Amino acid sequence: MIDVQNLTKYYGDFCAVDNISLTIEPGRILGLLGPNGAGKTTTLRMLTGFYTPTSGTIRVNDLKMPEDTLKIKSMIGYLPESAPLYHNMLVYDYLDYVARLKGMDDPGRRLSRFKELSRLCGLSGIMAKPIGNLSKGLRQRVGLAHAMMSDPDILILDEPTSGLDPNQIAEIRDIIKGIGREKTIIFSTHILSEAEATCDRIAIINKGKKVADAGTEQLKQNARHRSVVRLTVQNAEITAALDHLKAFDANLDITVTDTPASEGISFELCCKDDKDIRRDLYLSIKETDWIITELARQSLALEEIFHELTREGA
Amino acid sequence: MTPIKTIALKEFKDYFISPIAYIVISLFLIVTGWFFFSTFFIYGRADLRDFFALLPITFSFFIPAVTMRMFAEEKNVGSYESLLTMPVSFTHIALGKFFAASAFAAAMLLPTLSYPLFISFIGNVDLGPVAGGYIGAVLLGGAYCSIGLFASALTRNQIIAFIIGCAICFTLTIIDRMLFFVPERLVPVVEYLGANAHFTNISKGIIDSRDLIYFASVIFIFIFSTDIAMKEKN
Repeated sequence: MIDVQNLTKYYGDFCAVDNISLTIEPGRILGLLGPNGAGKTTTLRMLTGFYTPTSGTIRVNDLKMPEDTLKIKSMIGYLPESAPLYHNMLVYDYLDYVARLKGMDDPGRRLSRFKELSRLCGLSGIMAKPIGNLSKGLRQRVGLAHAMMSDPDILILDEPTSGLDPNQIAEIRDIIKGIGREKTIIFSTHILSEAEATCDRIAIINKGKKVADAGTEQLKQNARHRSVVRLTVQNAEITAALDHLKAFDANLDITVTDTPASEGISFELCCKDDKDIRRDLYLSIKETDWIITELARQSLALEEIFHELTREGA
Repeated sequence: MTPIKTIALKEFKDYFISPIAYIVISLFLIVTGWFFFSTFFIYGRADLRDFFALLPITFSFFIPAVTMRMFAEEKNVGSYESLLTMPVSFTHIALGKFFAASAFAAAMLLPTLSYPLFISFIGNVDLGPVAGGYIGAVLLGGAYCSIGLFASALTRNQIIAFIIGCAICFTLTIIDRMLFFVPERLVPVVEYLGANAHFTNISKGIIDSRDLIYFASVIFIFIFSTDIAMKEKN
């Protein structure tokens, strides 16, 4: 259980984090969302004890910062943004150093933990390589192994998937979901789909202020819904098709999207409310001789909320 | 104690993984060897007095070069963040790095032990001043290491760390030669602040508690300042 109250951080005159309060239940995954420079990293750095807050309290279980910082640090595994590591060390030496600093004095325990982490983070082939020679994705995995070394109850990950290729993003996400069943995880990201796919709860911050904090599902339901249906038809003429769609529902917001002519004509149909129009749309098109090749609904709930809450001047 | 040992060992190994150690040690040996032996045979005295007389000056350039990367590089690469979020305190880190740097300074002196060995073949070496000199050299090295560490904790730029470190060490080294600028009443105070006089005493073979306390206090003051500088920056 992490309890953060009225956390504030000033850099000189600049207020990076303004009065943020958060509570995180054990065994949950919290996503910290926000545009660049919103204060995500600063918040996480204060949670890990790297920065001292200007004011506000941080409690982990019944421990309190700054009195018990050392004890709290030993409960937290932290992956900083861009996983900074010692470039001249070998991966194995680095992990050994980390394990010793985290108080794993028994060599047998260290070795078995290395084997476990090597399997979990896919490090087996690179144990004897200098960290400086690794690619960004591999470094990120070494950083993840660093964070999970002492099997901490709380994992704090700062943009764990930034700069990775799609395969690596999927892998890291799987790892996070896997460990999230038992551990408390807080991670920051600015990729909405990622937060939506992995988090139990999402907190959105903008310009240092918390602007939303709710369960992922709840957050989506609370939003002023707007659903978009993508429709691609072949064997149709564009003006006739537009007329037909307008006749179908005058309230639809219709845009024609760019598609190769061989694919047919694509539309994005935007509904003002959350009504599912696919069924009726199909029935109305069935009467014509068009061929439907795509009819899919996209929910923009989270994106909508995000834009609304983090707009300039909001 | 364990985190200090772990950090010290890692930092000490770091010197020898990269080429820094070998370059610095070679340069140090060339410089000290050149200045010492260029006049050694002219005077014809079988002692290391001239070697130790030069040491404070050479150390005030070489030690900051050894310590400049200790915090500055970590801050620059960002590994400082990983280090500070592990269950270690500022004091653990400062002491670990201090012991590593001091051990390296001692390692730098190690090859020069061959000087008294060779000199003993050609003359009678009085071992008292030699032993005293090496004890003094290690203390001086430790004191300058703590100064260099402090300079490194102030900035993320290694060159600035080097220059600040040099400036402080050099001031402590030559301050007792500037006594004629100082008002008469302050002379004893300023004289006591200079590292040179204390080191010279020990290297004559006189181990005086005042000199030991001097080096111990310089080390304490600068490690304490390093600790404060680290806390202040976060």
